[in-house]
Amino acid sequence: MSVNINSRPGSARNNRTGSWRVDRRPKFLRQNCIACRLCLLVCPEGIITGKAKNSFETDYVYCKGCGLCAAVCPKKDIEMIPEDTETEG
Amino acid sequence: MKDFIEGSDAVARAVALCRPGVISAYPITPQTHIVEFLASMVADGKLKSQFINVESEHSAASLVLGASAAGERVFSASSSQGLILMSEVLFNIAGMRMPVVLACVNRALSAPINIWNDQQDSMAVRDSGWIQLYAETGQECGDLIFQAYRLAESPEVRVPVMVCLDGYLLSHGLEVVDVPEAAEVDKFLPPYRPTEKLDPAVPMTFGPLAGPDYYLEIRHDLHAAMRGALKLIPSIAADFSRQFGRNSGGLVEAYRLEDAELAIVAAGSVCGTIKEAIDALRQEGVKAGLLRLVTYRPFPEEAVSAALAGVGRVAVLDKAISLGATGPIYADLATALVRGKHQARVNGYIAGLGGRDITIETIREIFTRLSGEEVSAGFVGLKG
Repeated sequence: MSVNINSRPGSARNNRTGSWRVDRRPKFLRQNCIACRLCLLVCPEGIITGKAKNSFETDYVYCKGCGLCAAVCPKKDIEMIPEDTETEG
Repeated sequence: MKDFIEGSDAVARAVALCRPGVISAYPITPQTHIVEFLASMVADGKLKSQFINVESEHSAASLVLGASAAGERVFSASSSQGLILMSEVLFNIAGMRMPVVLACVNRALSAPINIWNDQQDSMAVRDSGWIQLYAETGQECGDLIFQAYRLAESPEVRVPVMVCLDGYLLSHGLEVVDVPEAAEVDKFLPPYRPTEKLDPAVPMTFGPLAGPDYYLEIRHDLHAAMRGALKLIPSIAADFSRQFGRNSGGLVEAYRLEDAELAIVAAGSVCGTIKEAIDALRQEGVKAGLLRLVTYRPFPEEAVSAALAGVGRVAVLDKAISLGATGPIYADLATALVRGKHQARVNGYIAGLGGRDITIETIREIFTRLSGEEVSAGFVGLKG
């Protein structure tokens, strides 16, 4: 078989789902964050990390750009920005 | 040892000699006898297998899929509506490359409800990725089971195999069947050694998602394995013949085809009737022959094309129909002959649906009609 059809644990990491993003990615503004962790809980990829206020971030290698984190944020402290915007995160 | 038994019993005894770790099936006419025989053997302590009762054929197929993934040799059987209920899982078993062996006791599909024989059930799942072998006799019902496990478990194939036997005609018909000794079977069929299996100590996902980036390749692998089986099937049949001293299985069987001008192509128990009809026609000076398909999937295009070289007119007898098109064997055969640059004229006939008897007279009628009108799906024996 040219393709192994069975997979070992952790192999989903090989799927770099960041390539699925179309034209927007989340930007964590880190201004009014209250560390409610809703963004972390709602992320379907489980790739948002952070503990303290204004410390949360995502992993763009896997972020699919779905925008759920921005939509759920009660302080509107996450913004979906165009993919070609130059920022740090 | 020779015994006078049903085809169902021949299948059950063959399965028992292959010693599957797990057997699961749901009763359905006319398949039930096979699993009743097996359940008795397990209950009487004569067969050390787990016989697991389930609530449907979908569950039976799912169960043997799981047990196969866990590294066991497995067996199931079904018919008609049961096979169709299994169909979702049949595609999964093939796609996951599980060497499951299943006996399909061929029966018509509803509606109208009908418990008698035709081959519509197995033909409806011909695209599922299972190898399909069709038995002609009670003896072959059992013999194909041994060959099916050898084939399915061969590392270069790893594709499930469906052994198809005509309901009642083979499943309930009594014949003298030579049932081999266990030691003989062990020599022919080595123990199953999976390369990967479900094991908590070595976690593994079977049947994960494959997106557009790999699905095509995985389907191509399965197709290539099926095509590769075309080489292995005759060599396993030859091994079988050497060891057990009789011919069973293989890709096709040619009967009086050497100088034939007319030929019928068919699969299953009807071939016995066709042979009788051919013998009678030959005595009357008609140069008739039969090409029996033992292997229907993968389709043995080259063997078919070679066997029919020199035959002027070919009739395909299908006991199933792709409604609105033609019989399934007709379509495959016509394609094979076109690809083989054959000049033969090929007619397709549909007969025996829902258990309508196919007699020597029916076969004579087909040979007569072969010289007349060109048809791709001509029904034989229709009442006016």
